[in-house]
Amino acid sequence: MGAYVLRRLGYGVGVVLGVLFLLFLLFFTITAPEDIARKALGDKAPPEAIQTWLENHEYDRPLWPWQDWDENLLFDHYRKMLTFDFGVSDADDSPIIDRIKAGMGPSLSLTVPLLVLGLFVSIPLSLLVAFFRETYIDRMGVFLCVLAMSVSTLLYIIGAQFLIGKVLRWYPISGFDASLAMLPRFLALPVLVGLISGVGGDVRFYRTVFLEESSRDFVRTARAKGAGEARIMIFHVLRNAMIPILTRVVLAIPFLFMGALLLEAFFGIPGLGSMTVDAIQSNDFSTMRTMVYIGSLLFVFGQVATDISYGLVDPRVSVE
Amino acid sequence: MSWLEPHILSNLVTLGLLAGLVFAARVVRAQRLWREAAVELWRRRRFAILVVGVYLLIGLADSVSWTGGVPDDAVGVLPNAPLSVLDRAFLDSREASYSAPFAAVEFYGGDALRHPGGHPLGTDILGRDVFYLSLKGARVALLIGGLTSLIAIPLALLFGVCAGYFGGRFDDFVFFLISTMASMPSLLLLIALIMVMGRSTFSVCIALAVTGWVGFCRLTRAETLKLRELDYIQAARALGVSEAKIIFRHILPNLAHLIVITFVLMFSGLVLSEAVLSWLGIGVDGSWGQMIDGARDELSRQPVVWWNIAAAGSALFGLILAVNSVGDAVRDVLDPRTARES
Repeated sequence: MGAYVLRRLGYGVGVVLGVLFLLFLLFFTITAPEDIARKALGDKAPPEAIQTWLENHEYDRPLWPWQDWDENLLFDHYRKMLTFDFGVSDADDSPIIDRIKAGMGPSLSLTVPLLVLGLFVSIPLSLLVAFFRETYIDRMGVFLCVLAMSVSTLLYIIGAQFLIGKVLRWYPISGFDASLAMLPRFLALPVLVGLISGVGGDVRFYRTVFLEESSRDFVRTARAKGAGEARIMIFHVLRNAMIPILTRVVLAIPFLFMGALLLEAFFGIPGLGSMTVDAIQSNDFSTMRTMVYIGSLLFVFGQVATDISYGLVDPRVSVE
Repeated sequence: MSWLEPHILSNLVTLGLLAGLVFAARVVRAQRLWREAAVELWRRRRFAILVVGVYLLIGLADSVSWTGGVPDDAVGVLPNAPLSVLDRAFLDSREASYSAPFAAVEFYGGDALRHPGGHPLGTDILGRDVFYLSLKGARVALLIGGLTSLIAIPLALLFGVCAGYFGGRFDDFVFFLISTMASMPSLLLLIALIMVMGRSTFSVCIALAVTGWVGFCRLTRAETLKLRELDYIQAARALGVSEAKIIFRHILPNLAHLIVITFVLMFSGLVLSEAVLSWLGIGVDGSWGQMIDGARDELSRQPVVWWNIAAAGSALFGLILAVNSVGDAVRDVLDPRTARES
């Protein structure tokens, strides 16, 4: 067991180091630091200004260790990222770590309700569809799912803002207020849109899981012993399907911190998602780099944690 | 004037794709397994296939272009620009500004239009016919889906098959690369790639391909690992058939159904991703995503300008729905694991 945990941890560390190397290739070699400086200062900036900018952002050194072992961008990049010293934004020189700390709260206040409500909507729906398998209700359900999946998220957002925000005036079109009294009003619309745009794919996924479970032997046995279909669905199929469902949920948890890019940007929620959108629009390479790194870190963490907990629960896993 | 101008290149590529389609059709006709699958697919999803066909035809009409033959009094056309069949059909449709569907006068101001009642979906802020722009988006969408798949699928096949078949160090490397790429959030990686490579149609396709090949590579690697242990491949190896021949004669044909399934299922995701990228300001010119993005403020006007976003949105929705529905059927028909289930 100890060896298994160590192996998974080693794998996680390796992947994170690999991600950092890919990021280095992308953000330092494909775009040279001079290009970043020119984008930040404008095309007509004098060479001296670019030089000072490079010095201020600690870009003024060779790329690779064989050019200069003590001072090179590759080692700097690894050292800074691994110690969470993200430096300042390439666009407006504000410290990135402060903005991440400030953005996490609003992001979580959107994504956590979205995840929880999503589970409460899509699992009963998919159970219902799976209950009526191979009937017209099932076909209809799957068709509606495909229909819902075929609409671009952009259209859901714009449509909901127009219909509910502008025409019906139920909720504000966009904005954010962290006070408990106002928060639900501002979050209602983004959460609703997030639910609708995700429900099609989720229901289809869970339906497949339930159908797989309901063709197992224990279901046949339960039916042979005279258990009702509804009882089988809830007490046998749902309980056994909890494993794949939990895996999916656990793997989704790290990404809650990253926020929802489109929803946050459209609804004016000052989370990490809208921070990323700002970074795109202002050519803020260092923020973008940091966001990809944090996303990968969270993903690897989630994956290794799931693997290890599997190993703890199921002894067969760690032997393999 | 060199003869390899962009529009001639585009004509040649179109010709090449047509030839590829004809070749694929001949292969499907020749082999019983594929022919039966095609017949079954047609039986299940006749309508959706026809819809995809219409989009293909529109895209084709916008891909074949030539210069010259432009009347001098046409508005908003450069005299020497190459024009496609579609461009020529809507050559003189330009108005001054917004007009509602089938309107006789301009939306703001009420001046008479040049073609009263001639714009079934109205015109946009620059007076361009929205019906024409929506049709033009078909080519862009097909280009994004098609070009990206043409980059991503061969790349994934090369790495996946070689890793699975030869194993060893190369397999370790590919597996590590896949795990690394898969752990980066795909939308963020996509954006980072485009930021780094600059904003053009080609770099959007490359970025989509780089983020999209990973899943398929994993699939082909696992499948090849399974296939190489099968008896007939062991037998071929024992008989001294060369590695290259085993891969091309025995492994790739057994992955063909996966290639088709992945292509169709990937396609709609790619087009939808491009819409999101367009909204972020890094999409492809002339796509439906850009039309939707451009129409964002129009819904807050008084009175509402709705036809732009409605046209682009429905065109996008129609293609994605048709492709998704064909894709489901393709998977059911071709994948032995799900065949005959529903």
